This record gives sequence, structure tokens and C-alpha cells, in this order.
Amino acid sequence: MTDLISSTPTGRGAVERSSRWERAALLVPGLGYVSAFMAVPVLLVLSYVFFQRGRFGGVVYEFTWDNFARAFSPTYRAVLVDSLVIAGAATVLALLIGYPVAYAIAMLPDRLRTIALVLVVIPFWTNFLVRTYAWIVLLSNEGLVNRSLERIGVIEDPLTLLYTRGAVVVGLVYAYLPLMILPLYASISKLDPELREAATNLGASRFKAFRTVTWPLTLPGVLTGCIFVFVPSLGNFIVPELLGGGKFVMVGNVVRDQFLKARDWPFGATLALVLIVVLVALFFVQSRVSRRLSTGGPS
Amino acid sequence: MKALAFTGRRPLAAAASLVLAAALVACGGSDGDDSASDLDPDADLSKQSIVVSNWADYMPEDVAEKFEEATGASMEVTNHATNEELMAKLTAGSDSGIDVAFVSGQFAQALAEQGLVEPIHADLVPNMDNLAEGVQNLSYDEGNKNSVPYTWGTTGICYRADLVDEAPTSWNDLLEPADEYKGKVTMMATDRWLMLPAQKALGFSANTTDEDEMAQVKDKLVAAKKNLLAYDDTTFYERLISGEAVMVEAWDGWCNYGTAENENIKFVVPDEGSDLWVDTMVVLKTSKNKEAAHAFINYLLEPENGAWAAENILYNVPNQKAMDMLPADLKAQYPPLQVTAEQLLEGESLTDLGEAATMYTQLVTEITSS
Repeated sequence: MTDLISSTPTGRGAVERSSRWERAALLVPGLGYVSAFMAVPVLLVLSYVFFQRGRFGGVVYEFTWDNFARAFSPTYRAVLVDSLVIAGAATVLALLIGYPVAYAIAMLPDRLRTIALVLVVIPFWTNFLVRTYAWIVLLSNEGLVNRSLERIGVIEDPLTLLYTRGAVVVGLVYAYLPLMILPLYASISKLDPELREAATNLGASRFKAFRTVTWPLTLPGVLTGCIFVFVPSLGNFIVPELLGGGKFVMVGNVVRDQFLKARDWPFGATLALVLIVVLVALFFVQSRVSRRLSTGGPS
Repeated sequence: MKALAFTGRRPLAAAASLVLAAALVACGGSDGDDSASDLDPDADLSKQSIVVSNWADYMPEDVAEKFEEATGASMEVTNHATNEELMAKLTAGSDSGIDVAFVSGQFAQALAEQGLVEPIHADLVPNMDNLAEGVQNLSYDEGNKNSVPYTWGTTGICYRADLVDEAPTSWNDLLEPADEYKGKVTMMATDRWLMLPAQKALGFSANTTDEDEMAQVKDKLVAAKKNLLAYDDTTFYERLISGEAVMVEAWDGWCNYGTAENENIKFVVPDEGSDLWVDTMVVLKTSKNKEAAHAFINYLLEPENGAWAAENILYNVPNQKAMDMLPADLKAQYPPLQVTAEQLLEGESLTDLGEAATMYTQLVTEITSS
């Protein structure tokens, strides 16, 4: 588009106006799709939050605040807090694993880099349920991890790995690690290597160069990666069910159960709304912080 | 119960079904009426076609062809994964396009109370005579006025006889396992069956809506949770086969799936008693071909069709003539199939909880997240 503008002989203003229209036209299919198949259904579901469950499920259109009172009752508050903790732990772990990986990939020669990136994405080619089941095979008492540890004599009795909070976190990290690596890679590979060289040439240790140059400049990628991992982790209900053995309940499980088991759509919608508000707030903070970082000061 | 053959779904599919469900309910609800339609016993069935919604693999694969051969009516089969999924379709207000639905008793009751099902025209279902005595008096539908039973069973403890010193006899063997079995037992997490062991151990009804009783049930289940390997509604018998678990809460039919792989896997109904669940067939009020719908129900009550269910799903069927047809070696291999109708009828029939369903759901969350 910029090439077009600079090479056209006509007045700059006219081109800008028409390109604005062109850009708007390009948005139509995407916006249309999102509003028809995302926004409208979401608004429909959210409209239930003020109504009541019918005696046999379904929705009775009588106004009530009860759903909100229930959503913030100790039971569900505890579930929400627990979900935030589990998703937070998964995010931190994914960052600790993902950053070095992304950094290493960014340092690879071009050809290997492509291969490495494909390898990162490959797990997405397999069904999520199947991949999660694989972890049961790994972690169970008779599983690969316990068997191997027993064979090399580290342990005598199997460790309880499966159906623990740790297993849930591990499952979430595994599920969403690529979503951490990819934005980190994008952000690290954009970094001008000369900046790092300049820092070391001026006497900074490699660690100091990383801390004062690389890390701050890749922080927007870090934030994006964290959001990408945190958001789906918070709503996940398969991992807590399969790897947590149903003994750890995350807010995603509760929402799912309200719709598919309890047939309490108004309450399920209320919980979903609470979740959406939390996530939108997070996105807002992330975009504010990212903007401040990229403009190099308060905006 | 087949009704619960539901493992997690891919998030996308779940999201899609939510969206769909939302769109359906937006169409608004309508109240049916209880009056029976006038049906013509001599209607030409070859001009009628019906849609039957059932759980997958819950009736013979060639049922449509055989039914058409027998009656002339044509039929199409669609599947639902859970009772709840079917309820969402049927209570959405508009015509679901379904003529006959398979649904568990307490849900059939809820549908009937909403006026969504056609009362059964007994004169069009002469094979109801094949049903065992007593099946007519179940509390979810006295007199089989609105639903016809297809399969039934109970819930108990499925265990590895070779891995426990003494066979379990009480729900407390599961709820408060001996030290060596701690971490080797599972319970179901779906509301009614999560509550059942504690309800029965405490001497309460499986249909109780009393808040004090349910508070005691909750305390008992919270205490039981720390000894569980996992909550499991769908793969408990596999855990017995692998030896990962030694005792699990199970439906009788599903315990048979374990026995099929390992004959040391046995089933017991604890002394405190248990439930009686029934999967039924109902005709929807919106059906335009109710004669063919009744003919279908009548057809599935043929003894050989009931026997198919018992032999292939390993469930008991309330169809006495079908049970009488079962080969002796099948019954010998799967002792739960030897249970008589009288014995099953000792179980407490599950009924719809009405408003108290919300309390149960909340308690499930409180227990499983404790």
C-alpha cells in the first residue's frame, strides 16, 4: 500500500481517502463473519444473565440479579480464584520454558529456523483430546515416567503424578506452549543483534545485556505470549477433567456443566460473563503496557 | 447408563454447541397440552416416516430396514450424546423434527410435565404385555402413561475380587476405604450418582430435596474425596482392568464391560440399597406420524430386539420375554444379567428433582472443588 501511495502521481490526499475506503472494504468479510457468528451468539448468551432457569431447564424471562449473587458466592469465588492460580502457574511455567526456546530458535540459521518453527506447531496437528490422553499414559502409576524412575532405581513406589494439581498445570503448559513460543520468537527475531553487540562492546556482561536490552525490548512479545497462554488455560475444562481426575474444578468446567449438565443457562451465562470481563480487563492492561513499552514512555 | 457416555469434547465443538443452543432457545418456549391426539389404528404406515433420536449403538444397526420390513413405515436415526443434549433440543420451543426419543425416566417425567410428550396409546403398543410385572408402577411415570421402558439397571460397586481381601458389601467400603485401598477407588461425578452412595449410606432417599439431609451428604462426600483416585463417569471399568483402581462406583451394565475383559471384575449392590434407572422411549407431541412412532416402540418391544440390547449392551431389559430368551452361558458370564425384575425393583426409582436440581448442581461444585 505504501508503495502504491509513493508511486502514484495524483494528490496524496485523494489517495489516502480512497485507500481508507479500500481498507474498510477489506475489513467487511472478517467483521461480518465475527459479528454474525461470534458477537450475536455471545450477546444472546449474555442476555440470559438477568433471567432465571426454568424448572426443567430452559430460560424463564423474569428479571433477577440472583445469578450474580450466586456467581460471587464463596463456592464459585473459590473456583475462580483457584482457576486464576492454576492458569497463572501454567503461564509462568510456559514463559520460563518458552523464552529460552524462542531465543534459541531466533538464533538458528534460516533453514533450521523454519524446521524448528514447524516442530513447535506440529502438536497442533493432532487432536487436543488425544494429546491430553497421552499424558495419562505418561503420568499414571503404571506410566512411563514412574516405570522409568523405578527401573533406574530412583524410586521404589510409584509417585502420585496423575490427578494432582501439578498434572493439571503440566497439561496446560503442554497444550499452550506453542502459543507462548511463537509471539516470543516474533519479538526476539525482530531484535537488532547490533543493539546487543553494542551493549557488550560497551562493557556489559551478557546477563546485563540481556536484562537491560533484550528483555525490555521483547517485553511486548512476553506479554502477548502470556495472554495467549493464560486466556485459554483459564477457560480449559478438558485438562482438569482428564489430568486432574475431576478433582480440580476450574471455571471452565463449571460453565460447561451449567450448560451441558445442569441446563442452567442463565447461571452459566453469568459465569461466562464474569470470565469475559476478567479477560477483557487483562487485554486492556496488556495493550496499554505494550503501547507504553513500544513508545518508550507513558502514552 | 448410556445417557452419560460423555467424555470431554473438543472446546471448539462445545463452543459450537453452546452457540447453537443459544440460537435455539432464542426461538422462545411454548407450552404443550396434555390431551392425547386421536390416532387411527388402521393408518397406512407405508405413507409415514419417523425420526428417532437415540444414544449411539443403543439399538440394532439394521433397525431401520427391519422396522420398514415389519411395518412399512420408514425411519431415520439421529444420535444424542446425553439426556441433557436431547432436553436442550426438545425444550427449545420449535419443532425438533424428532418423533421418538430415547431418554432416561426422570427426564421423560420432566418432558411429560411440560406437556411435550404424547401420552402412550397402549392399544397401539400391544407388546407392552412383554414387560415384566412391576415396571408399570415406577414413580417417574406411574402406569407407563407417557413413556415405555427400554432398558434398566442399577448402580453399585464394581470391584476386582482378586485385589481386595473382602468383597465390598456397603457403600461405606467405597466412601471410607480401608487404608490399602485409599487412592484406588473412583466415584461418578454426575450429580445424581455422585450423591447416591452417601445418600444411601446415610439412609436417605436418592430423590431427597431436604437441605439438611443434603448437607450431611455433602460432608460425607467431601470427606470421601481425599481417598479417591479420580471422579470418573465413563472409564471406571477400564481402571479396574488395568488394576489402577480396585473398587469403583458403576452401573451394572458397565461393570459387565469390565467383566468381559477380566472375570475377576465383579458387581455388587451394597446392602443399603441403590437406585433404579430406566431408559425409556417417548413419542413427541410434535410428531406428525404418531401411528408409526407407536409402531416403532411396539417393534422395539419384540422379544428379539430386547434380547439384542441385553446381549450387545449387556444391560438388563425390562422386557421379560427378552430376558427369558437370553442364553444361559451369557447370564453365567455376566451375573448382573441374572438379576430378576423383582430384585431390580427394590432399587429406588430416580425422579425429576424439579427446583432442587440447582441445589444438587451447586453441591456437586462444592464437593468436587473442595
